[in-house]
Amino acid sequence: MMLIDCPNCGPRNENEFKYGGEAHVAYPEDPNALSDKEWSRYLFYRQNKKGIFAERWVHSGGCRKWFNALRDTVTYEFKAVYRAGEARPEIQATEGGTR
Amino acid sequence: MANDTLIDTDVRRSPAQHLAAQMEAASVAGRVSLREIAFTTQISLRSAPGGAAHAALSAATGVGLPATVGEVAGDVSGTAVLWLGPDEFLATSPENIELAGALAAALGDEPGQVVDLSANRSVLELEGPDAPLVLRKSCPADLHPRAFGVNQAITTSLANIPVLLWRTGETSWRIFPRASFTEHTVHWLIDAMAEFAVPPVA
Ligand SMILES: [Zn+2]
Repeated sequence: MMLIDCPNCGPRNENEFKYGGEAHVAYPEDPNALSDKEWSRYLFYRQNKKGIFAERWVHSGGCRKWFNALRDTVTYEFKAVYRAGEARPEIQATEGGTR
Repeated sequence: MANDTLIDTDVRRSPAQHLAAQMEAASVAGRVSLREIAFTTQISLRSAPGGAAHAALSAATGVGLPATVGEVAGDVSGTAVLWLGPDEFLATSPENIELAGALAAALGDEPGQVVDLSANRSVLELEGPDAPLVLRKSCPADLHPRAFGVNQAITTSLANIPVLLWRTGETSWRIFPRASFTEHTVHWLIDAMAEFAVPPVA
């Protein structure tokens, strides 16, 4: 079992959390102006990155709040958590895990 | 308002009322006991810290509002407010049909929420020195005294269902499952308590 640091509640078991996909995918300024191709890119296209990836998570079994996290998709390690609306922290990929 | 929501106390039933004898039979004197705390008042409060609604509700509870995870304003002897989230709280007290109205009046037209959820969750009290051992069988939260002090409360899970867990005293814990999960929770706790009826092997 992995511990995830909720910004509101502190470290809790991973099964209290749900995954919300890539973070910082902005809703289009004017959806009506988008072509079908652009709309499909907004809806379905994600980075699927290997390494540090900014993701949305929700603490559904606790405070029920959404937050963002930087997670290494190779090691599953959470590098940072930050509140929704806050800027993405600068994080360098490091060897090994901290938790 | 209060009069037309009053229920005849002779006909109402609490969610674990029919299990009282089983809970008493499963309790082990001096080690761990289980009982229901029936008909408590539970009011959901929503307001963001820093706003007028938050200040008004904080004053109206008489004990303030908790500021951070685990914190409880007030205590089990009267009105207590549990922290559920940064802008979500649960005010609870022994039966008090005036509380919801008083809190709603204090909130007024400010953006926030006061909802009477008294029937939403039942309240079970697990008491005794072995209570943490019973809880640990299926609660993933850190129940060590260094992490979970007296009069702290968190949202967690027990017996695979979501519950509020409130440590009301040195050896007493209150468990708030959804009312429809009461029977499941009671049976699970009775089963988990069974081993403590046998004296420990020296
Ligand atoms: Zn949380």
